[in-house]
Amino acid sequence: MRSTFVNNFLVVVFIFCSGPVLFAKEASGEPKGPEGTKAEIKEYIEHHLQDSHDFSLASYTDDQGNMVYWGFPLPVILWDNGLKVFSSSKLHHGETVAEVDGNFYALYHSKIYKTDAEGTILYDAEDHPTNTKPLDLSITKNVVMMMVTGLLLLWIFSSMARKYKKSGGVPTGVAKFFEPIVLYIRDDIAIPNIGEKKYGRYMPFLLTVFFFIWFLNMFGLTPLGVNVTGNIAVTTALALIVFLMTNFTGTKDYWKHIFDPLGDGMPWYGKMIIYIILVPIEVLGIFIKPFALLIRLYANMTAGHVVLMSLIGLIFIFKSWVGGPLSFGLSFAISLIEVLVALLQAYIFTMLSALYFGFAAEEHDHDHDHEEPVLEHL
Amino acid sequence: MEKLINEFSIGLFFWQIILFVLLLLLLRKFAWKPILRAVSEREEGIKDALAAAENAKKEMQNVSADNERLLQEARAEREAMIKEAREIKEKMVADAKAQAQEEGDKIIKQAQLSIEGEKKAAIADIKNQVATLSVEIAEKVLQDQLQNKDKQLKLVDQLVEEIKLR
Repeated sequence: MRSTFVNNFLVVVFIFCSGPVLFAKEASGEPKGPEGTKAEIKEYIEHHLQDSHDFSLASYTDDQGNMVYWGFPLPVILWDNGLKVFSSSKLHHGETVAEVDGNFYALYHSKIYKTDAEGTILYDAEDHPTNTKPLDLSITKNVVMMMVTGLLLLWIFSSMARKYKKSGGVPTGVAKFFEPIVLYIRDDIAIPNIGEKKYGRYMPFLLTVFFFIWFLNMFGLTPLGVNVTGNIAVTTALALIVFLMTNFTGTKDYWKHIFDPLGDGMPWYGKMIIYIILVPIEVLGIFIKPFALLIRLYANMTAGHVVLMSLIGLIFIFKSWVGGPLSFGLSFAISLIEVLVALLQAYIFTMLSALYFGFAAEEHDHDHDHEEPVLEHL
Repeated sequence: MEKLINEFSIGLFFWQIILFVLLLLLLRKFAWKPILRAVSEREEGIKDALAAAENAKKEMQNVSADNERLLQEARAEREAMIKEAREIKEKMVADAKAQAQEEGDKIIKQAQLSIEGEKKAAIADIKNQVATLSVEIAEKVLQDQLQNKDKQLKLVDQLVEEIKLR
């Protein structure tokens, strides 16, 4: 029993840790530096961290010197004086210009620009493209991964819910694994931070955000080579939802704490002087809290991917019997740590969201503030 | 910072918000609510079951205490009954003895009385017969003896001599 568990654990660890090694071969549509140089690896890492318009698993150069891609194209949806929908295969990984309804679009650093028929991209003094960027609502690789994760979560947890109904509350199968986590989020994250009375309405969000981030973090370590939670737009969206939930469910006490933090403890003329400094800080705090959330998740996941891929890149730079195994061992060790970080970052995001919800939901029991110690009980 | 803003993809942001909110609503309806309800129902069930077990234990204690008390009562009652029965028995035996004694005494007395009566009757009878016999004998003797005067006289004398009054 125990040894099968250990075996399964090792298999899972191996799958996740082999990811970075495999996606070292991932496709890159960018212009390349010379093969096997630091410049190529740097470009490669940058490309990996970005979203992409097609789902490519691997690419290689064949005998004729053409790039061959393994993967499938995704739909590109643009808003450019009307909705333009076409397959990303038209862009050919940035190698060709796509013509749609008389407009021409080209990929440059994973972004779609409007170009002329030759795909010319004009640059300003700082090497930024000056071409117009149409509003890009494409189903990109990251969107696909989010959909896949969403469907996976729906499938796992709705079947878990059905199992509970069937077995009369006894956890069976997958519920045995996930129930302790659900209970941990309820008993050790939600209830201590939000309180027994109000935690219920925040529970669905906390559970969803925890499993969503955790699963996407883990997918980031698989050979699929996605980096969803290391994308600033994704973490911003999550933090924005936390921000809105915090402030729309804020109680009178929450707002009083921001605009009148000292309460009745001081006369109004005393408060005036302090509040000139204090209130702006508190108001700023409303925005800083979710901002810290989004930066933390983004930076941690991105840093993890950069470190891992750099270590893997070292294998190709050293090209020696000493350096190769050494950096392989290092990247293996970092992969193990990343598996932990994947869980840890999901936990931290959930924990801090619960903490902010706790601020929003707090209701002071005003009677307790002035409670005198009862002499008989001392 | 500029790089971050440049990297920011409005499309991805848009899809993330839509997909996440959709996922949240679906999971809330089909997963989290049923799961959390099932878990809390189970917890309530466990709590109730524990309370019920505690109650049952207390009740059992009460019942066994009752049993003990009943047993003791029964034992006391039994002893009282045995004692009473013994007393009744002794009283009955004593009564019977007394009655028998009385009856016996009465019978003996009657017997004595009747023996006394019989005896008196027998004595009276014997006396009568003796008297009759005596008279007959005397008659015969007198008839025989008193054929001459001398003899009569002599006999009278002799008889008179012989008779001794008892």
